Amino acid sequence: MAMTMTQKILAAHCGEKEVKAGQFINCDLDMVLGNDITTPVAIKEFEKMGIDKVFDTKKVSIVPDHFTPNKDIAAAEQCLCVRKFAHSLDIENYFEVGEMGIEHVLLPEKGLVIAGDLIIGADSHTCTYGALGAFSTGIGSTDMAAGMATGKAWFKVPSAIKFNLIGKFKKEVSGKDLILHIIGMIGVDGALYQSMEFAGEGIATLTMDDRFTIANMAIEAGAKNGIFPVDDKTLEYIKVHSDRTPVVYEADSDAEYEKVYDIDLGTLDYTVACPHLPDNTKLASELSDIVIDQSVIGSCTNGRITDLEAAAKLFEGRKVKKGVRTIIFPGTQKVYLDAMEKGYLKTFVEAGCVVSAPTCGPCLGGHMGILAAGERAISTTNRNFVGRMGHVDSEVYLASPAVAAASAITGRITTPEELEQL
Amino acid sequence: MKLKGNVFKYGDHVDTDVIIPAQYLNTADPKELAKHCMQDIDTTYASKVQDGDIMVGGINFGCGSSREHAPLAIKGSGASCIIAKTFARIFFRNSINIGLPILECPDAVDGISTGDVVAVDTDTGVIKNITTGKEYQAAPFPPFLQNIIELGGLVKSIAKN
Ligand code: SF4
Repeated sequence: MAMTMTQKILAAHCGEKEVKAGQFINCDLDMVLGNDITTPVAIKEFEKMGIDKVFDTKKVSIVPDHFTPNKDIAAAEQCLCVRKFAHSLDIENYFEVGEMGIEHVLLPEKGLVIAGDLIIGADSHTCTYGALGAFSTGIGSTDMAAGMATGKAWFKVPSAIKFNLIGKFKKEVSGKDLILHIIGMIGVDGALYQSMEFAGEGIATLTMDDRFTIANMAIEAGAKNGIFPVDDKTLEYIKVHSDRTPVVYEADSDAEYEKVYDIDLGTLDYTVACPHLPDNTKLASELSDIVIDQSVIGSCTNGRITDLEAAAKLFEGRKVKKGVRTIIFPGTQKVYLDAMEKGYLKTFVEAGCVVSAPTCGPCLGGHMGILAAGERAISTTNRNFVGRMGHVDSEVYLASPAVAAASAITGRITTPEELEQL
Repeated sequence: MKLKGNVFKYGDHVDTDVIIPAQYLNTADPKELAKHCMQDIDTTYASKVQDGDIMVGGINFGCGSSREHAPLAIKGSGASCIIAKTFARIFFRNSINIGLPILECPDAVDGISTGDVVAVDTDTGVIKNITTGKEYQAAPFPPFLQNIIELGGLVKSIAKN
């Protein structure tokens, strides 16, 4: 029977020749991930099982990134709990402040996740690694505990939606605009329980960072995972970052899809998701009256070096509009260092932005840029739910780094082209 | 399992940031979490809910982050089960894994209002709105999941096996 790319990876990890949509299977895991919020709950569950070691000390990653550097005493206690656990169980991939970053930027960069892997993470944006041709999906803390103990997790095999990409982006349009466009088109539950499989010649024109951004937001359409085929760019990325050998799976040409969408990248324009759901999308050009108090550039969606490059290009020689707090948060220490070497950090500071340590910080209303009642932010993050970045009466507009930077400069939602004309 | 309680009904796309805002995630104690459960859309839920009450939602209930704190907060608040048109997938598996019964039944959701008294039989999937007298049938869980729920959640089922 023909299988999708996702189904092939699942089949290979449960020892079956083939699997079909709807089937329940138990799979072997290549990586189990947790952060400072979800791991403490998992540790409690782990301890209930009465086990004193994880299934493989190399195949568990713990990244305290949400409330770090510790935002308050309670957060410090949670991190302490996680740190003790990681040390006492000899977990190799535990990343302390100073070496860490936002988990979904960090794991690919450290070469811990590669094509063909099956990864679960107690964080919904674990779907990011689909960019590398892996099956990766978010799960909860109990699943994490069970995964750490047994190296296995249960799944219901998903059906899939195919997105056939052709052409290439015009101007500074990016992967963020594409994924916002897709979510606007199919809705926040448009891919519920399903895989989003990307295909088509247009993929070759996407950078790896674009693909990470796109796969990252598959969950915002309710998907179980988002996945890209492996091409030369993927293999080159893996070669640079990992010593392991990738396993490449391809969807069968006659695999079944619930739906197929054809998207010409050249027809897309700067896209923004308005409050309070990621599918509430409009073109940035339709929103030029929306005045902002804060611009946030970073996160696991858009905190990679090409994201900072897109923003730095616009900030070069310009200033942030007086009164607009502009917060840049690079994804990892490495991204931070690269941005320093390329001169982006200087550009940001000279423009009047503040550069944060790598952390989730403002993305989830944790720290480093919380909004007050009535305030409005444009942000390159992935969620704009009620209260996501602070007060319940605040608002978040989701956009690409280029649009967030242009908007920081004018103080209202602005496209890079409009900025050039001002 | 037979359950009965008053209904608290909410709309579509109730996300985990609403169920338990991130600022309270510096604890994982269900009772602490319960104090802030639903507060962004219903400031009275935490004070009004009683043990056994039933939460009802529309489509895509529990969308958003993977925080298990969300079903834990609802369970900690005393609610005995959730009925929705559809659930977001991580919330769905988290609820099963912590042993919080959840049922998908669009017809029941349309026929139930806040304040109704509803009885649920999780074994058969039968939902009865005692206030209106109407009965609905939710699809029962496949045996694989029924097994996890019956053993009291994933951890207990692993310990058993
Ligand atoms: S940056 Fe935001 S979305 Fe990404 S892992 Fe952190 S909190 Fe989650």
